[in-house]
Amino acid sequence: MSVAVSNPIPVNPVEKYLRMERIPHIWCPGCGIGTALNAFIRALDEAGFEPDKVCVVSGIGCTGRVAGYVNLDSFHTTHGRAIPFATGLKLANPELKIVVFSGDGDLIAIGGNHFIHAAQKNMDITVICVNNFNYAMTGGQYGPTTPISAQTSTAPWGSYQAPFNLPKLAESAGAVYVARWTTYHVRQMKKSILEALRKKGFSFVEIISQCPTLYGRRNKFRDGITHMEWFKEHSVIKDHPIPSDINLGFRTETIVGKFLDIERPTYLDAMNDRYQRIREEKGV
Amino acid sequence: MKPDPKTVLTGTHFLKGNDAVCEGAISAGCNFVAGYPITPSTDIIERISKRFPFTGGTFIQMEDELSSSIAVSGAVWGGAKAMTVTSGPGFSLMMENIGYAAMTETPCVFVDVQRGGPSTGLPTLPGQADMMQARWGSHGDYQIIALCPESPQECYDLTIKAFNLSEEYRVPVLLMTDECVGHMSERVVIPPADEIELSPRRYTTLPPSEFHLFRPGKDLVPDMIKAGDGYHVHVSGLTHDEHGRPVITPECQDALVRRLVNKIRQNEPKIRMVEEDIPDDSDVILVSYGISSRIVFLVRELARKEGIKAGIIRPIVVWPFPEEVFRKAAKKSRPFVVVEMNMGQIVYEVERCAAGQAKTYLVPHAGGTVHNPEDILKIIREAVK
Repeated sequence: MSVAVSNPIPVNPVEKYLRMERIPHIWCPGCGIGTALNAFIRALDEAGFEPDKVCVVSGIGCTGRVAGYVNLDSFHTTHGRAIPFATGLKLANPELKIVVFSGDGDLIAIGGNHFIHAAQKNMDITVICVNNFNYAMTGGQYGPTTPISAQTSTAPWGSYQAPFNLPKLAESAGAVYVARWTTYHVRQMKKSILEALRKKGFSFVEIISQCPTLYGRRNKFRDGITHMEWFKEHSVIKDHPIPSDINLGFRTETIVGKFLDIERPTYLDAMNDRYQRIREEKGV
Repeated sequence: MKPDPKTVLTGTHFLKGNDAVCEGAISAGCNFVAGYPITPSTDIIERISKRFPFTGGTFIQMEDELSSSIAVSGAVWGGAKAMTVTSGPGFSLMMENIGYAAMTETPCVFVDVQRGGPSTGLPTLPGQADMMQARWGSHGDYQIIALCPESPQECYDLTIKAFNLSEEYRVPVLLMTDECVGHMSERVVIPPADEIELSPRRYTTLPPSEFHLFRPGKDLVPDMIKAGDGYHVHVSGLTHDEHGRPVITPECQDALVRRLVNKIRQNEPKIRMVEEDIPDDSDVILVSYGISSRIVFLVRELARKEGIKAGIIRPIVVWPFPEEVFRKAAKKSRPFVVVEMNMGQIVYEVERCAAGQAKTYLVPHAGGTVHNPEDILKIIREAVK
């Protein structure tokens, strides 16, 4: 007589990295932030870092809520200031792996100055930016990445200011790793985040995301799936393109890929080398 | 807890107030400073940048005061003792992150070497017009602690005190100096390391399963952890419960904000530092703090020559305000003459505590130099008439 053996219920590998008691999350149905978070956690799991030594720092906005859902030391800071908070955290305890996870408005508009300066210093942090083309938490206003002609609540007749090209900005400011994917490219996204996490120095991954409730609704992407299908059909993978060729237009081709992967001394390495030399010179 | 003797410059020195702040910070165990150059505070970060490679500290010059003020919070959660240094315009930019440090109960020190304002004002000349900004500058309800040194020696002593208070109450502490105190050179005695008492960070002894990041002790102050210790905490500027989880309700807001305010109010008698010298036969009580009090001590001698006897109250800890001291002094109905380098800030606190029992006079000054003793004497004569 055979005994029925119940199959153990498989545990989702991402669960141990999430504060499951905080679920359901605040993000809208069809939002791409969950996809980005999922890819990040899978990359983190594969990277094999000691979870106790990984910190997530977020700013304000929809993506800024990521810090509240990860079961890691996590910091939800003031608007735009995730990167300088992360800078202090890293310099105080260099053994920590620090990931800044925030949105385009937080990182590039109000926090834009910190973004370029941390890249220029080659601060040893990974920055993951979910770019959904608008300020979603506050109701869908235009932001630093809104394409020309796109409609938002504060650009009801279409935006007319040129958007930032984030990979180009990161590269020219001094980042050592730059990649961009859409929420459709989950495997590539995970791979790039993994590479970014393993990279020493300022690594940057832009994740282009749908925002069905606010951006999509106003711009003829009627739901999350529609926008993701559009990403699928209109994305072109290019490695190492000319940065100015990767501008994002309104309903135009989106160039994705790994754009940059170089070596440069990090801020901490440069500081420690200099201090060490001075101490030796002075015999201290 | 004692500082590392290798970092303490024990001995008698001739130091500027700003240099004394730097040495006080190092003696207090400060090992992280983020700053942005601004007159008249810059010489503090200049000295820090020179000293830190030999004391084990990390100095970083940030892109602005917004980033400096939040990098300090980041460093503290990474386990550092951290400070930032600025003056008026930079202090204005730091307000948001003073609020963040208050909300997240991050022990840290902000130094404001006050200059004349508003706006760019008098970059190279003194003022004391940031006192209310220190108290109320960030939005929302919260409490901070603010100290006002009147000499380079006090710059040294009170910087250590500022770090200690920040650790004891898990609160940002503001050291409110000014251009005069910052740039005057005087004798500063730095004691041996074993005579300096430091308050350790209140790290929890509980295991992660029993620890709540914002569960207060009897003194309303919760214990802390640092990132990387395996506690997997969440720190947020949102209204949060004892676990640190965002809870957007009036009930949670009430419990949190009341505690943030009461942990300082309730402990005010312990935090209080006041220099008080009020002879029984005083005709008037002179009230002053920081650099202005140096003039007031001189004016007291001048008044005596005219037959006017003056007592003095000098709050050293200005926030929380030592209300009890002023209420008690007001009982005998002697007038208060408040001398401050602004158009009237602390005078309102004095007037409030006097509660109609004693008249309150202000000797206003828009800044740029200390008071002319004669201007103070004029008001004293009027007050005792």
